[in-house]
This record gives sequence, structure tokens and C-alpha cells, in this order.
Amino acid sequence: MELFKLTAHELHDKLVARETSSTEITRAIFDRIEKVEGQVQSYLTLTKDLAFEQAAAVDAALAKGEAISPLAGIPGALKDNLCTTGIRTSCASKMLEHFVPPYNATVVEKLAAEKAVFIGKVNMDEFAMGSSCENSAYQLTRNPWDLSVVPGGSSGGSAASVAACEAIWSLGSDTGGSIRQPASFTGTVGLKPTYGRVSRYGLVAFASSLDQIGPITRDVTDCALVMNAIAGHDHRDSTSVPGETPDFTKALGQNVKGLKIGLPTEYFGAGLDPQIDTVLQKAIRQLQDMGAEVVECSLPHTEYALSAYYLIATAEASSNLARYDGVGFGHRGAGDNIVDMYKRTRTEGFGAEVKRRIMLGTYALSSGYYDAYYLKAMKVRTLIKQDFDKAFEQVDVLLTPTAPTVAFKIGGIVDPLSMYLQDVCTIPINLAGVPALSMPCGFVNGLPVGMQLIGKPLDEMTLLRVAHAFEQQNDYHKQFAPLGGI
Amino acid sequence: MKYETVIGLEVHSELKTKSKIFCGCTTAFGGDPNTHVCPVCLGLPGVLPVINKRVVEFAIKAGLAMNCEILPFSKFDRKNYYYPDLPKNFQTSQYDLPICVNGHIDIEINGETKRIGITRIHMEEDAGKLVHSGDTITSSSSALVDYNRTGVPLIEIVSEPDMRSPEEAKLYLEKVKAILEYIDVSDCKMQEGSLRCDANISLRPVGQAEFGTKSELKNLNSFRSVQRGLEYEELRQAEILDEGGRVIQETRTWDEQQNVTKSLRSKEEAHDYRYFPEPDLVPIIVAPEWIEEIRATLPELPDARKHRLMDVYGLSAYDADMITMTRAMADYFDAVMEHTADAKTATNWLMGDVSAYLNNAGITITEFAVKPADLAQLVALINKGVLSSKLAKAVFEEMVASGKTPEAIVKEKGLEQISDQGALEAIVDETLAENPKSIEDFRAGKDRALGFLVGQIMKKTKGKANPAMINDMLKEKMK
Repeated sequence: MELFKLTAHELHDKLVARETSSTEITRAIFDRIEKVEGQVQSYLTLTKDLAFEQAAAVDAALAKGEAISPLAGIPGALKDNLCTTGIRTSCASKMLEHFVPPYNATVVEKLAAEKAVFIGKVNMDEFAMGSSCENSAYQLTRNPWDLSVVPGGSSGGSAASVAACEAIWSLGSDTGGSIRQPASFTGTVGLKPTYGRVSRYGLVAFASSLDQIGPITRDVTDCALVMNAIAGHDHRDSTSVPGETPDFTKALGQNVKGLKIGLPTEYFGAGLDPQIDTVLQKAIRQLQDMGAEVVECSLPHTEYALSAYYLIATAEASSNLARYDGVGFGHRGAGDNIVDMYKRTRTEGFGAEVKRRIMLGTYALSSGYYDAYYLKAMKVRTLIKQDFDKAFEQVDVLLTPTAPTVAFKIGGIVDPLSMYLQDVCTIPINLAGVPALSMPCGFVNGLPVGMQLIGKPLDEMTLLRVAHAFEQQNDYHKQFAPLGGI
Repeated sequence: MKYETVIGLEVHSELKTKSKIFCGCTTAFGGDPNTHVCPVCLGLPGVLPVINKRVVEFAIKAGLAMNCEILPFSKFDRKNYYYPDLPKNFQTSQYDLPICVNGHIDIEINGETKRIGITRIHMEEDAGKLVHSGDTITSSSSALVDYNRTGVPLIEIVSEPDMRSPEEAKLYLEKVKAILEYIDVSDCKMQEGSLRCDANISLRPVGQAEFGTKSELKNLNSFRSVQRGLEYEELRQAEILDEGGRVIQETRTWDEQQNVTKSLRSKEEAHDYRYFPEPDLVPIIVAPEWIEEIRATLPELPDARKHRLMDVYGLSAYDADMITMTRAMADYFDAVMEHTADAKTATNWLMGDVSAYLNNAGITITEFAVKPADLAQLVALINKGVLSSKLAKAVFEEMVASGKTPEAIVKEKGLEQISDQGALEAIVDETLAENPKSIEDFRAGKDRALGFLVGQIMKKTKGKANPAMINDMLKEKMK
């Protein structure tokens, strides 16, 4: 099989067995990019020289007989909101078109220490605001399964690059579903870790209390391997969780006998595409057959999550994005005075969705509205968190659809509110801060369907355990998007 | 006066921690522009703040010294506003849960103690500095930004509206400064901006309970401008009220050149800071044990020290106030007192010649070359009658110039006062023999003659004769 179609753990075995080299793998990936990138358009920046340098270093280590870590020499893609020293980090915004950070995000440092190979920076919705990748200021990334549909967002480039075999693994960020929904749309595995599990240092902030970095991979084993590389406390992130980080691969290869899986009724309601429901029900029966106990449960405040999210996330965004003013870095608009300069800079530098959210958030925090909007949203957030706490007294994991539909047509959703509804199944998880994983569980009209598994705080292990057991009974992860001769 | 003045102060003080509040950059003053910076204090995309524990410690220390309650749970908030010296366009500060609340300090006014309430003390980050290309902001076509100061830790101390005159405001500010210096958390240099003050002032008819409309006064860059700016504002508001007008709620700036306050912005133009909890920092949980550890490090504070000097050494309230105004002076005084029992003479010297010298030299007592033990020795030499006050001044000058001990100087220059009975008697007899006319004059009741004779003796002894002794001898011998 072509090298680019293999997973990280398969490639690692081949590297260790000296059946291939990191340079060969990296070349295979760049050849693949050459072939399909014109159609998919995942990448905003390719770092070819760096990638081959990194690959050569791993090959040299192997030649000396040194042991290598699981991701060493394995090429991956980074979402363009992760800061990379000396490499443009644009957040798919005109505002940061020429921004080259002088520092690495902690996750980038950690992956570099593992000797992973960086192929480049991938497309996204501008400043991670969107659910289709259509809000990029630069290019339209297409879904490898059907080039007329979106790859999801905001980590659309991360998901598309992995699904199109232009990267073996990738990192995305998830504020309201931005890892899981694209994973669902592209038939990949995406994990949003517990808030605080992975350091946010160097992740360009959208909404600080909701943002988390996580992996998008072809299978569950690779998900665990990337998590092993990026998770852990970071003294530079006060919100990162102190204490030991488990070896996530220990969750693999187990069964689900006796495990209690909850189905929150609120997630299987009117808005769900019946065809997706059918696919999910089949997956649920499969898990039952494997020995899991499945029960219905309730997360009663779910209906308020979307409203609360769009107040909290936009409020934080309005403040986080205030720094893009043309003074110290980034785009600067011409102006006769400082206020003119601010206005021109921000008018020219930001796209429509970013402006919409900055205005929403500014309004929500304004004097006289704070109590009615931001404060009330924070109270709803507490109630949602309590919903999850209560549910987890009864069950070990929750199972829901990742998105109410499969990937939709490019340009198919124009109304912002309809677009926001894309995240209805993923947003409550960010508000609660708990971990959730999306994995493929079938197809509707030839497009992948994602199943979302939600876990207790810091219990990514159980998510990986269920996901891996389910994966072993199916072959969705072994199916490839019909693209570039596959 | 038919109006009562009501004043509250907001004092900003830079904390003298080694590193900034949310990153590891140095807080050192000066330095080439933009050399004390990193991605965090520059607010580059993706960076996160991490609280410097020393900042919390210093804020708690200030709170304890000002009799505050330390909140066991406090948090940071973002204060959002656009200004080019603020790289993130929000200041990380504390809004509704500051670290310290409900404190007070005492001031002395007209011989009485007055208590001024402290509403709160909170922590925040300082902004950078703008350097304008022209002479004034309005004549500048561009500005440069120096971010060295960005992220230097500040505490803001907010008083209750308890002051009733500009003088009280000045005394309060002096006390705040003294306390911060005593506990060693701030340099409190107004000229370097490490101590800054905004004032709220309003007038109300005497006897009225409700406050009048206030104005907020900014740009008060010295103790003098605090008092003068408030005095101006007091008069301005009184004039408006006298004419039946209404004071407008606004922010005004003190113009030091023109000695007037000028309107900056009205209430309508006031910022909406859109405060909300800082999501990048976790709440600050202060354990009671930590508070007690910090309390144990508190030194003797200005008030306690003042009263000790009054009780132990019998100093007057005024003298004790002057000596304890700065911790360095009080420490020097205590060090002198380890070597002498004469507090009165020591105090007179510190407040007189020593202070005059320090003022002239433009230095503080910490840079003073004379050791406390040496000053005590000078006091002892005066008390023993070895030095007259005139000679003592000369010796003091020599001590400052050479750093030698007073005993060494006396010996070296032969300055020792002649107090030996026999030696003096010989000189007195000799002088009387040379001036029979003066004896007659004296006996005739002309007191001037005595003065003349003393002068003659001083001339012979180069000023070293003990004046009290020769006075007595002359009178005795001319009886």
C-alpha cells in the first residue's frame, strides 16, 4: 500500500523495521499533496524544507540504531492558529497575513521534541470562527469525499488534509465543535480533550475558556499517540491541569463489557437527520452486542447551550481580538490619526463573521446588558455543567451524533444562525469542559457520519477505550475518500 | 466656608518585584525602549499570562499594613479599552473581587488623629509609554511606543471619600507613601511614576448628607500638585455653586504650567470598560496560613514607630512625626540611639544640620556618609562639654567631608574645648590683668565689659575655652 495511506503507528513499525525511511514517507506525502492539493486546498503554508530536514534527522537517528518515539519521522499538519517560530501563522485572516511568530506553541514544541515532521499549516475558518471553513480569507477547502461539499470547520484544513492523505495526523482546535464536526464530515477521528488537558500556550485565542487543542487522525490508536505527545501540564498556561498525564495507549485493546453508555434524549430530537439517526442506532446496537449497557438519559438544559455559547464565546472573542489594532504587529490600515487607523485596520483586516462576533460580544458585555446576557449565559453554563455531572453519576460515557447532518454543499448554508446550529451537539461539551471524541460510524449518501462519545472530566481513557473497541469491529477508518486515484 | 469639601483618592503604586506581573521580564526602570519585553507582555497572539506570586504577596502585605481584610477568594478581570500603550487593548485588573477590602489608615491633622477608610486594594498591570514626536500631544504627527513598563505590577489603593480638605488629601497620600516604603513593596517615586494619584472631589453645603457632583482629577504628579490641583478645583466648584450653577460630572486634568484644571471628558464620554472575568487566569485562593506568614514579615509601621519614639525617648509628636516620615530616617535615628541616651540632641541634629545637608546635597539618609555611631559620638562630645555648638558644626562639616570620626577630628585639629579649671584660671587672670578698665566698667554696671572679656579669652584660646566656665570665673573674680 502507498505510504501516505498508512497510519502513524503502521508507519512507525515500518520505520523501526527499517522497511522505509522518514524521508520516503515525507516524499510520499508531498507527492500526494502535489496530486490532490489543487482540488482539496488544505494548506495555507507548506514547510517542505523543514519537513525534509526533520525527516533526515530521524533517518540519521535510525541509522545509528537509536530508539525513536512513536511520532518520530511521521508527517503531520498544524492548524494555522498554532504559533510556529519563523513560520507564518495567519489564522486564515488578512489581519495576520504576514505574521511570523517569534515563538512556538507548547504543543508544537512538544511534537518537535518527539521529532514529528511538520508538513505545513492548514486552512481554517478565520480565527476559528465558523463551521465550514468557508470563512477563510484565503481559500476554500473542499471535502475529499465530495469536492462539492464543505470539510466542516473551523479545523477544516486539519480534517481535510488527513482525509485526503496529505498528512498522517493533524492538530486542530475546538471551541464549540471545531475538531469534532470536521472529523465527522471527513470520516476521521477527532478528540477535544478535557479543558486544561492540553496547554493553550501559543494557540491564538478565540474564546479562552472554551478553546482546546486536539488531534485529528485516521484511527483511534493514532489519536492516543498524538495525545501522548501533546497532553500535560504547562507552567505557561495557568488553566492547564496539574498532575500526571496517563499513557493514552493503555486505553486501547480493551472491551466494553459492562460499560454504561448514556443516550441523552435531547440529542436525538427533531433537528437530527433521520438517516443519521439510523446509522447511529446501528452503531448503538453494535455496542450493545459487544456487551455495553445502553440507557437513555437527559441533559435538560441542552436547549439553552447554543445561546449561552454565542454570548460567552463572542464576549471573550471581542476582548481577545482587540489586540489586532495595527499598532504592534499584523495588518495596519492607513489613517490620519490613531482612531482612523484602528478603524481602517479592523475594517480591512477582519472578515464578516469575525466582525459579527466581535460586535455580538461587545454588546453582550456592555454596561446595562452584562447581567442580562453575559452573566445569565455564565449561569446557564453552570447548569449545563451540572447536567453532565448528574448524567455521569449514572453512566460512563454519553453517545450522541457529532453533527445533525452530514457535510453540506459549499455555499449551502448562508444564514449565520443556521450555520450556528451545526454545532448544537458539540457546543454543550465545551461549555462543560468535558472531553469528547468523534469517530466514523457509517455513511449517508456516500458521506461519512460521525458518532460523538462524551466522557467525564479527564477521562479521555474511557472515550479511547470505547472508540477503539468499536473501531475493531468495523472498517470505516480503513475506507478512503475517492480522490487522486484512490 | 459654606461648603464642605469631599475628597477620595485613587493611588497607583508600582510594586518593586524583580519581574513583571504576568511574565519573566525585568521591571527595572529605564533601559533602552522595548528591551524589557517578551511575547507575553507584548500581547502577541496566542500568549497567556501567569501570575507572579510575589505580586500577590506584596498586595497582601500592603493590605495588612493598611488594616484591610484579605479576601480568601479573589480573581482577575479584563478592563477593555483601546489605547496604543496597551498592547492587548485590555488591562488585566481586578473588578468585583479585589484582593484587599475594608481597611483604613490614620492621619494627623491640627493635632488630632483622623481615620481615612480604604475601600479596596487591587492588583493590575501597568501600560507602556507613548513618546510623542512633537512638544505636545496635539502638535505631534506621530508617536512611538515603549513597552518596557507594560506589565509592571501595580496596586491601586482606593480610599473612601473621607477627606475634607486638600491638606488632608496630601497628608493621606504622604501616609500611604510612608507605609508602602516601610513595608518595602514600592519605591514610591512620584517623579518616576512609581506612585501616581487620581482624586475625586465634590462640594456640598455644610450640613447636607448627600454628596455633591464630583469631578475626577488626573495628572497630579507630585504632592504639591495634589494639594494645589485640589485647591484650585475646590475654588472652581465653589464659584459655580455660588453662581447657582451645577457642577458637571467629568474627568479633568491638572495643568501644572497654567495652574488650572481642564476638562478631559464628560460622564457621557466616559469609557464603558466592559469588565468580565479574565478567562486565562484561575482565581486566587489565599490560605489563612499564608496571610499569617506575610503578617509576620511586617515591620513596625509609621504610627507605631512614632508612638514608640514618643513613649521611649520622650520626643514631641512633631519631632516623632518628622523622624518617622521615612523608614530610612527612623532606622537611622534608632541606630543613633543605640550609642547615646540623649534623644533630644540627636533629634535636633537629624532634623537640623543633617536634614539641611541632605537637602542641599540632594540625597537621602540611606546615602548619608556619616555613620549613626559617629553622630552619637558627636552628641556625646557636645554633652561632655568637649565641643561648643559652634565647634560641633565645624566638626560635623569635617565628618561629612572626610568620613572621619568626631573624636579623630577633634584630636587632629586640636579643637577640644578647654574646660580644665586651672588652665582656664590662668588665662582669665592674664586677661583681667591686661584689661583693668574693663573690670572698672563691669563694677560700674556695664555688662558689655563682660562680653568684651569673654571675647578676648576666646581670641587667646581660638574659641576653645568653655564659655560657661569662663563666664562664671570672670564674674566671681570681678565681684
